[in-house]
Amino acid sequence: MTTDLRDERVRDVSLVKRLLGRPELGAAAGTVLVFAFFAVVAGSSGLFSAKGIINFLEVSAQLGILAAPVALLMIAGEFDLSVGSMIGFAGILIAIPSVFWGWPIWLSLLFCFALCAAIGALNGLIVVRTGLPSFIVTLGSLFMLRGLTLGLTRGISGRTQVSGVRDLAINDPLNSLFSGQVFSGPVAWLSDIGVIAKRADGLPSISGVPVSIIWWIGLTLFCTWLLTRTRFGNWIFAAGGEPNAARNLGVPVARTKITLFAMTALAAALFAAIQVLVTGSADTLRGTQKEFEAIIAVVIGGTLLTGGYGSAIGAMFGALIFGVVQMGIFYTGIDTDWFKLFLGAMMVIAVLFNSYVRSRAMRSR
Amino acid sequence: MTTPLVELRAVSKYFGSVIALKDVTFDLLPGEVHCLLGDNGAGKSTLIKTLSGVHVPDAGELLVGGRPARFASPKDTLDAGIATVYQDLALVPLMSVARNFFLGREPLKGIWPFQQFDIDQANRTAYRELKDMGIELRSPEQPVGTLSGGERQCLAIARAIHFGAKVLILDEPTSALGVHQASIVLKLIVQSKARGIGVIFISHNVHHAYVVGDRFTILKRGRSMGTQSKKDISRDQLLNLMAGGKELVDLEAEIARLQRAKAGA
Repeated sequence: MTTDLRDERVRDVSLVKRLLGRPELGAAAGTVLVFAFFAVVAGSSGLFSAKGIINFLEVSAQLGILAAPVALLMIAGEFDLSVGSMIGFAGILIAIPSVFWGWPIWLSLLFCFALCAAIGALNGLIVVRTGLPSFIVTLGSLFMLRGLTLGLTRGISGRTQVSGVRDLAINDPLNSLFSGQVFSGPVAWLSDIGVIAKRADGLPSISGVPVSIIWWIGLTLFCTWLLTRTRFGNWIFAAGGEPNAARNLGVPVARTKITLFAMTALAAALFAAIQVLVTGSADTLRGTQKEFEAIIAVVIGGTLLTGGYGSAIGAMFGALIFGVVQMGIFYTGIDTDWFKLFLGAMMVIAVLFNSYVRSRAMRSR
Repeated sequence: MTTPLVELRAVSKYFGSVIALKDVTFDLLPGEVHCLLGDNGAGKSTLIKTLSGVHVPDAGELLVGGRPARFASPKDTLDAGIATVYQDLALVPLMSVARNFFLGREPLKGIWPFQQFDIDQANRTAYRELKDMGIELRSPEQPVGTLSGGERQCLAIARAIHFGAKVLILDEPTSALGVHQASIVLKLIVQSKARGIGVIFISHNVHHAYVVGDRFTILKRGRSMGTQSKKDISRDQLLNLMAGGKELVDLEAEIARLQRAKAGA
């Protein structure tokens, strides 16, 4: 199909050059580098054993669940700094109704998702109505939500942590959607044929794949589909790239942005649901700084801070790098104090690389 | 006699105490290029906005297809087949040609909720439409940012025609372009005319206008200086009618006087 759409001025550009035009390239290359680095430094430490892989994938998955919708929001030209506080708030919204008011877990979950989506949409509404930078509006939400979380929790429970969710959740119909593991059958089989190591007691070293990893992959695929294959995706690119042009052509820019703010808030609620049901408790400080980590993952993934360009797959690589580095530093025994230095440096390098890639893409005449 | 596609009859438009347009009469026939000439501040923008439904005239009439019309929004105007291509072109540089071509009017395939943007069809249609108008793209997937200024202008015009424009209002389409780029756009204007589309070509460049224009209306300080057919007016006369002509002659005289004074000193 593509051959008859080109003309003779198109040379067959090399694969490398074509890849340079993709936003994910930097993150994919970075992922390979980071894996290679830790394969050398931490090869024997167990980082790349089945157990180690699941460990870093779980870290990546949590961040990746946030990063995919945050990527779409940033491509549409907006920030959401309230993601981290939203996680803490959502956790409390699940825990308090279940523990103190006797609601079933599934009802608390629905309540939490609905309220978070509404708050996200409100963030978006304020941004598009006032025309204020989303940075400022959501910075306000960051503090308001954290304060609300702390105030409500202490007011109702007298403490800053609510535990005891696990016992209530055991028989809940929605529990297995957010906690527990899947694919225990295939994992046992892989262990039997020797791919996955066994523990001393003869059981496989891992019992399955945590459900958060499935959410991560599913959400990334969904966001990628939405961005590249739907009308809404076209609007996302246009809303971030040239909002006035988009508006003049009849694209509902405001609606697009509000929807993405709500989606981001929903991702924060999903993050919280997984965290609360896996750990069995909620804490007012949960999710602190997650907004920045998500932005770092998205930026490493090749999305422009100015909007209009980027990908959800890139954000997935960004989250993967984040997880590998965090667990890699832990496994190699390097002082974990160095993690943040590394992370910040990664982001700056990624931004430099991305602006280079973009200027290349624009020059590819 | 053919009914004009659009017509303004003695239209006036005021902004507070400012007279932006005064008793301007203007019409556009199918398959003609009607050039609207004038210096900055002559009222060209106000006239475009009146024709495209952004402004409602304070006096006079706007007729579309011979009938009085009143547009509630720019979208109404589009539905009536009047498309305006403004200087910012309404293009998103980082998006592909095909995505820009269909922005806001994406072709869909599949069943809800799995309805998708039919990218293959968008690519094919955009490529074919542009090729039909003589614009050869390397690929419909190249970003608009990689196109030249003339190609961008052509893309915006081709898009308007594809979505059913019968009247094209082009706001200074060649002003920012070099000679070669401008000629690409001028060729496309002639092609649109051959398809029976009426083109209102706004410019302050008499040379560009005279090449493609059939009739010329000159605006000066909000008033029309009359409409001339190409056969009745030469390029130089046109140039003189515009503010530029007389002022350039004055300027030449001034410079000559200064040089004489210098030589004498």
